[in-house]
Amino acid sequence: MADLLPLEAHLRERRNSGHKLLVPYVTGGLGKDWAEVVRAYADAGADAIEIGIPFSDPVMDGPTIQEASEAALDQGANLGAILQELRDIDAGVPLVLMSYVNLVFHAGYARFAAEAIASNVSGVILPDLPMEELGEWEPFAKEAGLATVQLASPLTADERLARLCARSQGFVYGVNLLGVTGARTDLAESSTVLATRLKATTDLPVIMGFGIATVAHARAATVEADGVIVASALMRLRLDGAGPEDLGAHVAELRAGLDQPR
Amino acid sequence: MGDPGGTGRFGEFGGRYIPETLIPACAELDAAFREAWADPAFRSELDSLLTNYAGRPSLLYEATRLSAELGCTLLLKREDLNHTGSHKINNVLGQALLSKRMGKRRVIAETGAGQHGVAAATAAALLGLECVVYMGEVDMERQALNVFRMRLLGAEVRPALSGSRTLKDAINEAMRDWVATVETSHYLLGSVMGPHPYPWMVRELHRVIGDEAREQCRALLGRDPDVVTACVGGGSNAIGLFSGFAELPAVEMVGVEPAGGAAVGRGVPGIVHGSKSYLLQDEYGQVAEAESISAGLDYPGIGPEHAHLAEMGRARYEKVTDAEVLDAFQVLTRTEGIIPALEPAHALAWVLRAKDELAGKVVVLNLSGRGDKDVAQVADILDRADG
Repeated sequence: MADLLPLEAHLRERRNSGHKLLVPYVTGGLGKDWAEVVRAYADAGADAIEIGIPFSDPVMDGPTIQEASEAALDQGANLGAILQELRDIDAGVPLVLMSYVNLVFHAGYARFAAEAIASNVSGVILPDLPMEELGEWEPFAKEAGLATVQLASPLTADERLARLCARSQGFVYGVNLLGVTGARTDLAESSTVLATRLKATTDLPVIMGFGIATVAHARAATVEADGVIVASALMRLRLDGAGPEDLGAHVAELRAGLDQPR
Repeated sequence: MGDPGGTGRFGEFGGRYIPETLIPACAELDAAFREAWADPAFRSELDSLLTNYAGRPSLLYEATRLSAELGCTLLLKREDLNHTGSHKINNVLGQALLSKRMGKRRVIAETGAGQHGVAAATAAALLGLECVVYMGEVDMERQALNVFRMRLLGAEVRPALSGSRTLKDAINEAMRDWVATVETSHYLLGSVMGPHPYPWMVRELHRVIGDEAREQCRALLGRDPDVVTACVGGGSNAIGLFSGFAELPAVEMVGVEPAGGAAVGRGVPGIVHGSKSYLLQDEYGQVAEAESISAGLDYPGIGPEHAHLAEMGRARYEKVTDAEVLDAFQVLTRTEGIIPALEPAHALAWVLRAKDELAGKVVVLNLSGRGDKDVAQVADILDRADG
């Protein structure tokens, strides 16, 4: 396993030791104490933490993450400041940045990759950089040792899914449904179908996201998949005033739910 | 201006920067358009609608009084005389036919000033398609009459409430709708922007403007123009005109942007709404808000092929102020009895300013839309100036 990037090595080890993976999300720069939220997630048993870089035009995001992004930008959040704060966090679990590609392109691919690594980031999710366009970024990520996570959709055809999994690093992000991010009442039926297809295609950790809000969703999604990403449900609480402790408690609940024997 | 191929690249610009969920739909659209565009039956159905429904060919009118004042020969390509009052009808008829051909009975559109939204709602009514139009809340207030028009035509108009609540946010909302409904909906995008194949497909659907103008100019004057010019927001009417002249190296091509939304003039390369192009943005890469008197040009980006034409030096891009635009709007109205939309008044504003440079030359200007929609707004502004 020595040649694996740290993100993948960590997630594989956790999975192989019998854990379902939990990856909570926080919008970078949302509230002065957002970095405390990262620590609280880690303390509550997160296996990795996704940090969103707020963008002016988040086309893959539903109302909650849009609101969180706008609020963070209004508070002056920017990529440089978020990376700066991450330098001082020793979360003990891998940090993964989620950013729309323009922020990365604008910063400069080489510079962004180097600064992300220097800020203890081990992977990136770029939802508007599909495989077709990955070539302009991938060499810089590889050079820096940063994992680039690919997203798979329920509409991704089998042949493409295999190529996508082969290209993904760290884990593969299964998008549960057709639509944008945001809490839903029920777990989408397409979630299990995609998770099953992904598990049949790759040995990478398969982590599902979009619409996962509750312990019940998380447990249902991980019957097939290796783990879940929870974003909007946590950011809704954050926007309604939840501090690091409250959010940590919520993640601890999800952790306990996932760890319950089946 | 050729085929950008499967990757949709115009030099370094263009591409397909979209979520994985939309990849199959864009691939399907690319294939469907290639096939339809090469199919004589599709072309003849579209041509028939353009002739019998939209009123093509549009006139190329020699503006003799204004020409005499300026000391050049100014020819106006009268896209304002098309059904629905702008060039937008060319694109929507093509895409609505294509949507039916692909078996998608629902179309999604974005609109700024309302011209594309009205055109899309019109094509949907004509062809029996369900139509949802996203429009920034701010623009809905500025263009209330067009909102009512779209609703009369049977379209559902949904406000975009996030961000600057203008055109770019309407595009965001349209893309969010499309991600959720992509199996049954076609995104009827209104300009030469977005992921491949849109910049290419929309250009091909507007190519008729330039092809007609070239032949009409030859018939009228027995020669080609020295300069062709058009306003540029996303840039669809300009690219339509330019595509008829790009292969003629002696013809100069000039795109005119609003000073407050000049993506070529003030932008740097960026990636938003599916393609790489020039983009107004802040120091961190957050997309900036364009500001101009014309809602139709309030877009911080520009179609990727324009970025390429600018980079190669094949077209040049000028910018004009709101004050110059208001002046041009009134000049054309009073000297020719034609009330232009504020968008093409930008191109005219540049012609008025470049009078000396254009002396003795033949200039074709794309009069891309009529000004009825803007009359109330202009009245407000002029009243304020008088008061």
